[in-house]
Amino acid sequence: MEYKISNRLKMASIILIILGLIGVGYGFATSHKSLDDVKKMIALEEAGHHGGGHETTTDAHTVANDHGTSHAEESHGEGSHADAKEHHDDKHAKHVQHQLENRPWSALYVAAFFFFMIALGVLAFYAVQFASQAGWSPVLFRVMEAITAYVLPGALIVLGIAVASHYIGHNNIFIWMDPDLTNPDSDKYDALVDGKSGFLNMTGFIIRGLVFIAGWSLYRHFARKFSIAQDNATDNRNFKKSFRIAAGFLVFYIYTESMMSWDWIMSVDPHWFSTLFGWYVFASMFVSGITVIAMITMYLKSRGHLPFVNDSHLHDLAKFMFGISIFWTYLWFSQFMLIWYSNIPEEVTYFVTRFQDYQLPFLGMVVMNFVFPLLVLMNSDYKRIPWFVVMAGIVILCGHYIDVFNMIMPATVGDRWFIGIPEIGSICLFAGLFLFIVFTALTKAPLLAKRNPFIKESEHFHY
Amino acid sequence: MEASKVIHAIYTDDDVLMNAVKKVKAERHHIEEIYTPFPVHGLDKAMGLAPTRIAIASFMYGCVGLTVAIVMMNFIMIEDWPQNIGGKPSFSYIENMPAFVPIMFELTVFFAAHLMVITFYLRSRMWPFKKAENPDPRTTDDHFLMEIAVHNNENELTDLLKETGAVEINLIDKAH
Repeated sequence: MEYKISNRLKMASIILIILGLIGVGYGFATSHKSLDDVKKMIALEEAGHHGGGHETTTDAHTVANDHGTSHAEESHGEGSHADAKEHHDDKHAKHVQHQLENRPWSALYVAAFFFFMIALGVLAFYAVQFASQAGWSPVLFRVMEAITAYVLPGALIVLGIAVASHYIGHNNIFIWMDPDLTNPDSDKYDALVDGKSGFLNMTGFIIRGLVFIAGWSLYRHFARKFSIAQDNATDNRNFKKSFRIAAGFLVFYIYTESMMSWDWIMSVDPHWFSTLFGWYVFASMFVSGITVIAMITMYLKSRGHLPFVNDSHLHDLAKFMFGISIFWTYLWFSQFMLIWYSNIPEEVTYFVTRFQDYQLPFLGMVVMNFVFPLLVLMNSDYKRIPWFVVMAGIVILCGHYIDVFNMIMPATVGDRWFIGIPEIGSICLFAGLFLFIVFTALTKAPLLAKRNPFIKESEHFHY
Repeated sequence: MEASKVIHAIYTDDDVLMNAVKKVKAERHHIEEIYTPFPVHGLDKAMGLAPTRIAIASFMYGCVGLTVAIVMMNFIMIEDWPQNIGGKPSFSYIENMPAFVPIMFELTVFFAAHLMVITFYLRSRMWPFKKAENPDPRTTDDHFLMEIAVHNNENELTDLLKETGAVEINLIDKAH
């Protein structure tokens, strides 16, 4: 039952990493443009816009864009004469130049977070299986454990990129990291960000991040240890220990996951806040994680490595994909509707930006994450057809990548978004790393947790 | 069509019943009906009943509910009595649509759930004041009853049922 990573898979992941590195390198190398180039670009675009009759869009985005805090606070007087106009053009060009520089950073961050959240979602799912003493899932434990091997490296990478964007870059992802924003003497001073600086400051950000990562990794380390020790045990002591730490971890997780989502995602828009944001990110990571469990399980089964997994297990995973997709939609819509309805300016800018500049990814994501899984996975027979679930899974994963994209990009690059070489390169880089780490972890233990007290029930699981 | 004589075999355990059903089916006898105090998982498959179509019906009821919600909210809030709620007096259905989503959701669930229950009752031929068809009141407590049609093979059937673990076997004449 021992699994050996195939050379083709190993090569594929290494090629992905190399391609990704090239793409990311290209993104960084080409992101810096001189102010004159940016101005030329804007002039060219405006000419194009006038032709297309979209005169108003550029104006609208400068006002709605939250990232240009200092920019938006500046009054664009009605009676501006040539001087002020030129000054404004300069300001605008600088702003666009900054957005272009942000793009490779944000692309890297979005992809890093996406793959990290898959692993963390699986870790939570795994802990739920233990805490609830589920009988159907123990045959899938080794797959889940392998995926969670990516939690530690993935989380460190995400935190690393966030911190590097301050120390190496020019606060390219998190505007609040700019010390001028909290300096009353600076002309960039922002009272709102300053008011939040008790929480949003570099020291706190790093310490909190490290505490979250330490907690998750400790649980992962011991859960894996007990799971392997249980294989050759004569009693259920290891299982009971695993049960206890799973319950403890879930409490820790639901607090830290929520705080992590404020720190690592919500704070890219430091003026904006949403009380259910943690839940929303949780739904996204949970459904992505379950989808990846299903896909890796099907891959291994198709290679004959998991003879004890039957189509009832697949059916249950697909049910979870279906159910959590709807749960995600529920949270997405709850967040949207309350803000849309109350229409409070500081809240609603978040969605105004997304509707104006991100209409296709923002609404396309709802189709991919809700309408598609709803219609495709509703029929119970389809949930047992592997290629059907794989198809649905690919769409769900793309949809949740776009979900993370929509959370980060509007704040950092505004309307200068595109899914091009920096984004695809970043996806390749982290996909390769993810596959490499996960499949290497799979080789480290037998694929069946053979002494788990529920393993017999799981093997005979039948819907 | 229906056999005039039936055998009622009574069991006291659902696992024993399941095995008995499989055995009786393997011997190619026709099981008319089984009365159980609670739903027994997999019994319908073992008896060879056609798969239920209630899920399809439920989907269609849900679509009806969704349509009713859309049409109803359009009539109430846009056509008949437009109101200014939350500073959104746009009188356009599509612009106010997010506010109607909870109603669409609720009516979809409401229609699907209620009509599904009503369909289930009708298909099971149950309605208020109907006399119970249950042949033995013990099947509402802790006994399981299997009803098998007899075609001049009562002895053979009785032996088979005894073998499967029936605690009681009664020959019933239905034609009176």
